[in-house]
Parts: sequence; C-alpha cells; structure tokens
Amino acid sequence: MIQYKSVTKIYGEDVTAVDQVSLDVNEGEIVVLLGPSGCGKTTLLRMVNGLESVTDGDILFNGESIKSLNEIELRRKIGYVIQSNGLFPNMNIEQNVTVVPTLLGWSKEDKKKRFEELMELVGLDAEDYRKRYPHELSGGQQQRIGVIRALAADPPAMLMDEPFGALDPIIRERVQDEFLAIQRELNKTILFVSHDIDEAIKMGDKIALMKDGQLMQFDTPSQILQNPANDFVAQFVGKDRMVKSLTIHRIEQLMERYELLDSSIEKGQIATVSKSSNLRDVLSYILESKQQAVHVVNENDEVIGQVDFALVNQYMIDLAEKDEPVVNP
Amino acid sequence: MGNSESTFWRVIDYFQNNIDWILELTVEHVVLVGSAIIVAILIGVPLGIYLTTNEQLASTVLNIAGVIMTIPSIALFGIMVPIFAVINQGIGFVPAFVALILYSQLPIIRNTYTAIHNVNPQIRDAAYGVGMNTWQRLFKVEIPNTIPVIMAGIRTAVVLNIGIGVIAAFIGAGGLGILISQGITRGYHEMIISGAIAISILGITADLFLRFLQRLLTPKGIS
Amino acid sequence: MGKNVITWTVRVIVYLGLLAFFIWVFSNEYLNHLVENFEEFLVLLRQHIQLVALSSFLAIAVAVPSAIIVTRPKFQRFEGVVSTVVNFGYTIPNMAILALMMGIMGIGFQTAVVALFIYSILPIFRNTLAGIQSVNSNLIDSAKGMGFKPYQILFKVELPNAAYSIIAGIRTAVVINIGATALAYLIGGGGLGNWIFVGINVFDNSILISGALPITLLAITVDLFLRLLERKVVPRGARPSTR
Ligand SMILES: Nc1ncnc2c1ncn2[C@@H]1O[C@H](COP(=O)(O)OP(=O)(O)OP(=O)(O)O)[C@@H](O)[C@H]1O
Ligand SMILES: [Mg+2]
Repeated sequence: MIQYKSVTKIYGEDVTAVDQVSLDVNEGEIVVLLGPSGCGKTTLLRMVNGLESVTDGDILFNGESIKSLNEIELRRKIGYVIQSNGLFPNMNIEQNVTVVPTLLGWSKEDKKKRFEELMELVGLDAEDYRKRYPHELSGGQQQRIGVIRALAADPPAMLMDEPFGALDPIIRERVQDEFLAIQRELNKTILFVSHDIDEAIKMGDKIALMKDGQLMQFDTPSQILQNPANDFVAQFVGKDRMVKSLTIHRIEQLMERYELLDSSIEKGQIATVSKSSNLRDVLSYILESKQQAVHVVNENDEVIGQVDFALVNQYMIDLAEKDEPVVNP
Repeated sequence: MGNSESTFWRVIDYFQNNIDWILELTVEHVVLVGSAIIVAILIGVPLGIYLTTNEQLASTVLNIAGVIMTIPSIALFGIMVPIFAVINQGIGFVPAFVALILYSQLPIIRNTYTAIHNVNPQIRDAAYGVGMNTWQRLFKVEIPNTIPVIMAGIRTAVVLNIGIGVIAAFIGAGGLGILISQGITRGYHEMIISGAIAISILGITADLFLRFLQRLLTPKGIS
Repeated sequence: MGKNVITWTVRVIVYLGLLAFFIWVFSNEYLNHLVENFEEFLVLLRQHIQLVALSSFLAIAVAVPSAIIVTRPKFQRFEGVVSTVVNFGYTIPNMAILALMMGIMGIGFQTAVVALFIYSILPIFRNTLAGIQSVNSNLIDSAKGMGFKPYQILFKVELPNAAYSIIAGIRTAVVINIGATALAYLIGGGGLGNWIFVGINVFDNSILISGALPITLLAITVDLFLRLLERKVVPRGARPSTR
C-alpha cells in the first residue's frame, strides 16, 4: 500500500537524512521504523504525507506516486499521530477528534456519532470528555485522543511518530495493548516510528531497522532477533535478543511443531498458563514456581498438556537452525 | 494642605458643570483613536502574518516600525503638519489619524509576527498532517491559539494611542487633549486636572474593556 | 528570490521617502531657523538633555531598587498588588501626568522634572520586576543549594539574568522621556519642544521643523546608543534569542 522506491532525502546542501531506502508496507500491516536518534525515521515517515519533500526516488501510495496526488487530499486519507502535543489547544476534545470529518464536511449528527464510537473504542466516556480541553486530560488520555483523531475519518493508512513516547512505561504498555486490540479489528496499514526495540517487537508485523539514513534490515521481528543482518543490528537488538525473541512466540506456535508433554506424568503445585501465552512468560512462570514445567490450558480452561524448559529451548534452537521466518498472525 | 483640598472640590465642580462638553470630547477622542486602531489592525495583523513567511522582510519592517516608535509624538506631529499642509490638511484630524496608525504598527505587527512565528511546531505539524490548507490552518489553529498575544499588542497600541491622542489636540485634532491645551493657555488648573483625570479614566477603561474582550475571544482551552 | 525583491523594494521606498523628505526640508529652507538661532538652539538642547538626564537618573535610582525589594521573599505577597498598580499606571498618558503635576505644583523646571521622573519610573520598574521574576526558579534553587547567600543570589544570579530586561526598560523609559520632555515646554520646563509649539501656534514650518527634526534625531541616536550598551553589558547567555 505504501512503497518506498529507493528514496533519498537531503536537507539543505549535504545532510543526508535518508539514503536510498526501499521498502513496502502491505495492506493491514504494521511496519515499525526503528533506530537510534537522528537516523532518519521521522523524515522517512513525513515524506509519505508530503510534510517533507522527497529529494530523490519515489513513494507510491496505492500504486500512485505521491507526487501526482493532491497533498491535502492525501493527508486526509492518511491518519497522522505525533508524539504528544499534537492536539489543538484551542479546540475541545470533540472538535479535536472530529477535525478531519469537519474538514471533509460531514454532518453534525455523523460527527457526533463517530465521536462516540471512537471514544468507546478507547474506553473513554464521550459525555464526560466532549467539552473538555486537551490540557484538562492526562498524558495517556491525550495520547489516546491523538490516536482516535487520526482514525476519525477512517483513513486506510496511519503514520505514527513515537505516538506513545511521552507515556510512562506502565501506561504505555496499556495503550499499546489497547491499540493492538483496535488494530486487530480495523486492519489499518500503519507506519510506526519507535526507538524502543521492545515496542517494535510488540507492535510490528515487520521492523525496518535504520542507521544514519540507511536501511539496515527489513524483516519480521523474529528474523531480526534471530538472524541479525549485521553487527549493528545485533548490537541494537541487544545481548538479550534471544530472550526478547521469546516474547514473539506463543505456545500455540510451538504446538504446531511439537507435541506438548503429557500432563498426567507429573502432578503437583505447578502453574497454569493459557496456550496463547508467549514463551517468555512461560519461562518466567517455570522459574517462579520453582517447578520443572507449567500446565497449558485451552480457551475452556481445560489442561491440554505441559511445557518445560527443555521443550522451549529445543523449539528456539530449531527455529534458528531452520532459518524459517515465523510470521506473526 | 487646605489649598489642595479646595482644589479637589473645584475640580469636582468643574466636572459637574461641564459634563456634557467633557463627554463630547471623550467621544471625539474615542472616534479618533478607535478609527485609527481599526485601520492599524487591518494593516498590522495581516502584515504580521505575512512576515512569518518572509524573515528578511520581517526584520526590515520591524526595524522601520521600531524607528517610528522612537520618534517623539509631538515631533512626529511637528513634521507631519507641514507635510500634510501640502494637501491642505496640515491642522486637524488627518495628520493625527495617520500618526496614530503609524505608532500602532510596531506593537501590532511585532506581537502578531512573534505569536504566529512561535506557534508550537508540533501543533502546526498536526494541522498540516490532518490535511488543512493554509487558510484553514491560519484560521482554525494559528490565530485562535495566538489571540492572547495579538490582543496584547492591540491593547498596547490602544493605550499608547489614547495618550498620543491627547497631544493631537495641540494640532487641532480635538478630543480630551483640548481640556489640557486650553487649560494651559488660560492657566485654568481645574480644567487641566479634569482633563488629566478624564484621560486617565478613559485609558484605564479602554484597557479593562480590551482585557475583557481578550478573555471573550480567547478559546477556553488556552490558559 | 521573489521574497528578496519585496524586501529590497520596501527598503528602497523607505530610503527614497527619507531622501524626498530631506530634499523637501532643504529646498524650503526649513532648517534656516535653526541655523539663524543656533545659540538659542544650544540652550534649548542643553535644557532638554538636562531634563531627560536628571529625571531618568532619579527614575532609575528609585525604580530598580524598589523592584528588587518587591521581589524579595519577604515582600512576595505584595507582588500582585504592586503589579496591578503598575499596570494601571501604565495606562495613564504622560500628558495627563504632566498636566496633573502642573495643576498641583504650578509651572517650572521642578514640575517638569518631577512629572518626567514619575512617568519614567513605570517602564523601568515594570521591566526590572518582569526580568527578576522570569529568572528560572531552578537556577535560584541550585544557587541556594551551592550555598549562595541571598545578596550573592541577587548579584550573581538574578541581576545578570535580568539585565537584558532591565536595560530594555531603561532604554524604553529614556526614549519616551525624550519625547515627553518635548511637552515640558508647556509647563515651563523649556527644551526643544519650545520651537515645536511656537511653530504650531504661529504656523511657521521653519520653526516647527527646526524643533521636531533635532528631537527625532536625538531620540533615535540615544535609542541606538543604548542598544549598543545593551549588547556590551548583557552577558551573551542572558540575551533572548529572538526579539
Ligand atoms: N529540517 C531539517 N533541516 C536539516 N536537517 C534536518 C531537519 N530535520 C531533520 N534533520 C536531520 O536529519 C536527520 C534525521 O532526522 P530525523 O528527525 O528523521 O531523525 P529521527 O530518526 O526521527 O530521530 P529521533 O529519534 O531523535 O526523532 C538528523 O540528522 C537531523 O539532524
Ligand atoms: Mg523523530
């Protein structure tokens, strides 16, 4: 849906912020632009909706060059969320959320209905917040409003520049979960900037890792973690990359390759996890309960087997050897 | 200080006896200052906004306005009277009107320019990002968010102009300055003091009114 | 390119306007009065400068210390009241103060000095107050933390950081004062305003311009000079980055 065709951006005479980047963002996918400060993530993002010009190369939106599209109309088709403060201080929450519908000339009733739908989506009370102003909201609430403002006119694509960057870790995690739940329903095409590897792993279907304006690796989170393309990537993802990669694998996936251990073999005080838990949590539970394994239960809370440390280990080794991409559902 | 006490009562007397005339002069004053301010706003605000798109011109214009501001008002009148005499408008409303417009430019242009220039870049970015065009951005985001600063500039200009309007009486532009200019010529202290008091009241009232207006115009979300 | 053209057009128009003005002044021999009465001019100029210098000096001597006192912790609770009074004072025109003083004190040099002094206090006081108040409170806290004594905080932290604002206030006051002094003629204070008012009264452009032009140049020159002083005195880090 969004295609970068060897895009270069040079500021002024000689600051090359983006250097010949090519990547495709498919429909319904979240692609996270990841990298250290100043590597060109924001620039790469802002070229899509014409907030920065493209020095060289081209960007296609739905197969059409953005140069051939009307900038204003393009922007209204692409939601844009920035790190805090993007709300208009002079407008109340309802006006902020419905700003694009207003620009598009929606009727009052439609706007009101849409506002209420969106507020429900993020679990805020529409009546309570309608007439409030941005500075009367907490940071987390403001950020949610920023997200639903971008969703208001139901744009097929979203650009999000460190949208949760200003939030403290606990709130951030909650808003991330919330956003992923929304995304599962809406299936937007999303470009998401982050400098936090954990956030990237969690949010991204794919990660584009950048350094000094160049694309270092563009792959699924598990591939990035298990098969870093070069030293920079390996260093960026950290020494604990294997531990991190545990978070993207779930018991369900493990079950596609291996039989669970027989749960009747060992009885006793062992912990129970659901089959949609990730492997990192599984290991945590095993360590915490000071037992060899945990019970796995299905949706109906029926025990379907056990997982132990050896099984997880074997699965991970196997994955790395087979070099097989594991795509998040 | 029995003397000053009786002066006080004589001033009160003067006010009571001449209230109609004083009100008339007040209206004249308000018309002069008000009309000049309206024209000054119509010139200064759009110019200030335009200047945010042209840095080089901005510093030139602000420098010129700054120099005009340092010209003492009576001296500017002194220079304008002979100039306007060329078109037979030397004494009276016109030179005063023009001078007041000139003096208003610096506070109005400078505040508008600075305010729009300093709009939080992230907010401006968001305005671009949601697909506003230039005018929508200006009228829906930039101007509403800068009302307090722009209004402060207008307030400064009004207060300044009320004062300069007094001096304009000496070149025949009318207004409350008449009480002072005639009072001085006639050595009539009660008249002078009444004038000073009336002008002060006008200045304070205008400032209060504009503060009220500013609060009315400022969107609630801006603290 | 196009934008530079506009800028240059504006500049050229201003310069041409000025040139036209001076040609007009000289071709009508409007400065003849000044040349013919040069002795008197010097007397008036001296009076003018004396009035400005004396009243400005007194105003600085009163306004800066009182602003410092008002911002000391002990007096903090009066700050609101003082600010309100000062803001109200600001809305009273200088002519009104001159006239009021004349009504009270009669005509003369002293009246003029007092009136000009009163009017000059406000901008200096207000700017000193604002300057000191705007010094970052973290800065003061960290100075306290390093064991600065109150007077050291004042002289090493507050005043240097408020210097820009204070000097700007003094500049504003002095420039306004030069103009206000032109009105001092009306209350018997003398000065270059003399010729302006006489010129208006007798419809003599030559007398008028001979008074008005020098005052204008005086104001612009003093403003420029004080701006230079500002640059010299204010530490670079304490200057605002934008105008
Ligand atoms: N308007 C500009 N003019 C000149 N250089 C710029 C401009 N904007 C960005 N740059 C430079 O381009 C490079 C990339 O900037 P960009 O904002 O895209 O980085 P980023 O990856 O988003 O960083 P961060 O994580 O800090 O937000 C940086 O070196 C930056 O200094
Ligand atoms: Mg960035």
